[in-house]
Amino acid sequence: MEHIELFFKSIFVDNMVFAYFLGMCSYLAVSKKVSTAVGLGAAVIFVLTVTVPLNWLLDQYILREGALSWLGAEYAEYDLSFLSFILFIATIATMVQLVEIVVEKFSPSLYNSLGIFLPLIAVNCAILGGSLFMQSRDIATLGLALNYGFGSGIGWFLAIVAIAAIREKIRYSNVPPALRGLGITFIITGLMAIGFMSFGGMLTGGDEEKPSLDGNPENVGFNEDTLEDSNVESPETTFVVSEPNTKQ
Amino acid sequence: MGLLSKKDAKLITDPLADDNPITIQVLGICSALAITAQLKPSIVMAVSVIFVLGVGNVVISLMRNIIPSKIRIIVQLVVVATLVIIVDQVLKAFAYELSKELSVFIGLIITNCIIMGRFEAFALGNGPWRSFLDGIGNAAGYGLILIIVGFFRELFGSGTLFGFKVLGDSVEKTGLYAYGYENNGFMVLPPMALIVVGIIIWVQRTRNKELIEEN
Repeated sequence: MEHIELFFKSIFVDNMVFAYFLGMCSYLAVSKKVSTAVGLGAAVIFVLTVTVPLNWLLDQYILREGALSWLGAEYAEYDLSFLSFILFIATIATMVQLVEIVVEKFSPSLYNSLGIFLPLIAVNCAILGGSLFMQSRDIATLGLALNYGFGSGIGWFLAIVAIAAIREKIRYSNVPPALRGLGITFIITGLMAIGFMSFGGMLTGGDEEKPSLDGNPENVGFNEDTLEDSNVESPETTFVVSEPNTKQ
Repeated sequence: MGLLSKKDAKLITDPLADDNPITIQVLGICSALAITAQLKPSIVMAVSVIFVLGVGNVVISLMRNIIPSKIRIIVQLVVVATLVIIVDQVLKAFAYELSKELSVFIGLIITNCIIMGRFEAFALGNGPWRSFLDGIGNAAGYGLILIIVGFFRELFGSGTLFGFKVLGDSVEKTGLYAYGYENNGFMVLPPMALIVVGIIIWVQRTRNKELIEEN
C-alpha cells in the first residue's frame, strides 16, 4: 500500500515538472517533437531509477549523522551531510557516463535512440532534484527509494511527451507573434500545472476526506503534505486549497 | 564608464535585457520558478547565483588551459558543487530560516543550466577578468527576472513585500482591502510562476520585435 501510494504521488501529485519545475531547461529545449521527447523522457526514467537508490545507499551508509557507525563505534559521531551535494552529483555524472558505455556496448539500437540525450541528463535538475528530495523526505527503505525514482521519472516523461504533443499541434494555430515559441510554451505549461493540481485530492479520497467536510481547513491532507515537503509556498496556499472543500 | 571599456561593459549590460538568460537563452529556469512566491527568497537566490557564477567563471577561466576536454563536465561540476556547498553552509549559519525555506533549491544551483552554459560558452575561452564580468552580468540578468516575478507574486498573492503589509491588512480590512480588494491566492501557487514568466517574455518581445521566434 505504501508503495502504491508513493508511486502515484510521485507521478501525479509531486510531479517533477508541474509541482517543482525541475528539469525545465531540457523540458523546454527538447519538446519540439514527440519522438525526441520520448527519447529524453525514457533516458530520464532510466537514470532516475538507477541514481536515486544509489544515492539512498550513500546517504544511509556514509553521509547522514551517525551513518558511519558500521565502521566502528568511534565513527558514530561523524555527520558528513554537508558533502551530499558533491557526492550526489559525482554519482550522477559517473552513472550517466557508465550507463552510456554499457548501453553502447550491449544495445546499439537503444544507444542510438538515447545516446545524444544521455550527456544532457547529467545536468538535468530533475535527476539531482530526485536525489535531494529523497534525502530531505527521509525515504525509509531501498525499495521505496527505487519506487520514488521510477515514479518521478514517469511523471517527467508524461510531462514532456504531453507538452511536445501540444507544441506539434500549436504550430497550426494563430499565436500572437510576440508569444510564439517560448512564451506560449510557458503559459501552456502553467495551464497544465493547474490541471495537475487536481490530482492533489487523489490520495485523500475515501475516509480521510470526511473530516475536512465540516469546514476545518487543517484537515485537508494532501496539499499540506506537499507543501510541508517543499517548504516553499506560503501559508496562504492552504487556505485557497481548502476552499472547495468547505463549500461542499 | 571609466572603469570598464565599452566591450567589457557590454558583457554586463547585454544579459540584463536583450540576451537575458531566462527569457532569451532559456537557461536556468529549473531552480528559478519554485522560489519566487515571495520577494525575499528570490533576492537570496539571485545573490547566491551571482556569487557562484562570478567566482566559478573565474576559477574555470584560470584552469581553462589545463582541463582535459574529455573530463571537463566533471571538473565543472566539482567546482560548482564546492561553491554551492559554501553558499549552503553560509546560509545555514547566518539565515537558517531562509535556508529551510529554500530547501533543496540551493542544492539545485549545481545543475542550474546557466552556470554550466556560461562555463562552456564563455569561461573556457576567455580570460579571468572578462569571464568574471560575464558571470556577474548573466547572473544579474537571471536575478532581475527572479526579482520581478517575486515582486508581482508576493504583491498580488499575499499583498505584502518582504513580509510588510503594503496594501493594508487583509483581516482587519484596512488600506485597499477596505474597498473590497482581495488577494489573489492563486499567485502563490506554482502554475502562476510559469504564467508570469510567460507574460514577461510577451512584454519583452512586443517591445523588441527582433526577438520574435518563428513558431
